[in-house]
Amino acid sequence: MNEFTQIWTYLAEEPLLWLTATLIAYSLGDAAFRASKKKPYVNPVLIAVMLLALVLWGTATPYQTYFEGAQFVHFMLGPATVALAAPLYGNLSKIRRSAIPMFCALLAGSTTAILSALGVTYALGIRGEVLMSIAPKSVTAPVALGISESIGGSPTLTAVLVILTGVMGAVMATPLLNLLRITDWRARGFAVGVASHGIGTARAFQVNETAGAFAGIGMGLNAMLTAVLAPLIVSLLV
Amino acid sequence: MILHLTTILAFQLIGETLARSFNLIVPGPVLGMALLLAFFIASPRAAKAIQPTAQSLLSHLSLLFVPAGVGIIGHLDRLGTDGPAIFLALAVSTALAITVGALVFSGLSALLETSE
Repeated sequence: MNEFTQIWTYLAEEPLLWLTATLIAYSLGDAAFRASKKKPYVNPVLIAVMLLALVLWGTATPYQTYFEGAQFVHFMLGPATVALAAPLYGNLSKIRRSAIPMFCALLAGSTTAILSALGVTYALGIRGEVLMSIAPKSVTAPVALGISESIGGSPTLTAVLVILTGVMGAVMATPLLNLLRITDWRARGFAVGVASHGIGTARAFQVNETAGAFAGIGMGLNAMLTAVLAPLIVSLLV
Repeated sequence: MILHLTTILAFQLIGETLARSFNLIVPGPVLGMALLLAFFIASPRAAKAIQPTAQSLLSHLSLLFVPAGVGIIGHLDRLGTDGPAIFLALAVSTALAITVGALVFSGLSALLETSE
């Protein structure tokens, strides 16, 4: 037992343990997703996060310790964002042809995301820091944190809200868009990218390559637009 | 493979440097993505070479969000009290944003493509 404690003490302080745990949790999530025949509500991110949260809670491990291992995975978000240039390049002619609908859908989708998030939260009686933290929730995590900070929100809370939004978007997109009878892959992907950033984009790539490329550009454009719109809307309303 | 990964990292580095030195609202990686796209347009040969590496980076995009998502454990107390309201707001807002974005896009493109 004493020996076990020693080994545990060593492992718990090394990045290796939590890095491996993150990859195992995700593999389990991905396996469940495949076993379900790629049902949207069996979301690999959601499963991995729940498993890891349970393990951290069970072992009384602080998030900071976990993150020292997981940061290697987290770091890859930057290069992955840059790599989105590849599917964009592959779909360049389609993107050129749909510049006008794309621009209008971006403005409409982005404004709807910010206003409705603030509106519903305010109507339910939430004020202050939490209210501000929810405004940039549709934007990719690194950008959302910066926006949240600049308008008086809590960046770490925003990070969680961003992930939740991404998972919700990924889960609801397929049934919702089928219900709306929208069959255009460009429209489907783009709307999902604008509303639910990288997790929505990852989901779009699972369904259709064109949808994925348009989701990627929707995510990138909305990151820029929300950085301007959110502070503006907040200053007008508050 | 190493060369291609280096190219991707170099574009992120350029993006981050530009964003920080000019205090841009656009985040570094997004700027890096735009610059890499410009590079691909200038050199289709480079685009073809880097494509497989980029694709494999993107094939497990959702994995990369897991560490940030686990941050939820630091906010469980707050989500306990405001949780239901926050969940409802996120769900309603995400559904509305997807609906509005997709309807505007498909409506406008159908309109423009029939008038052509």
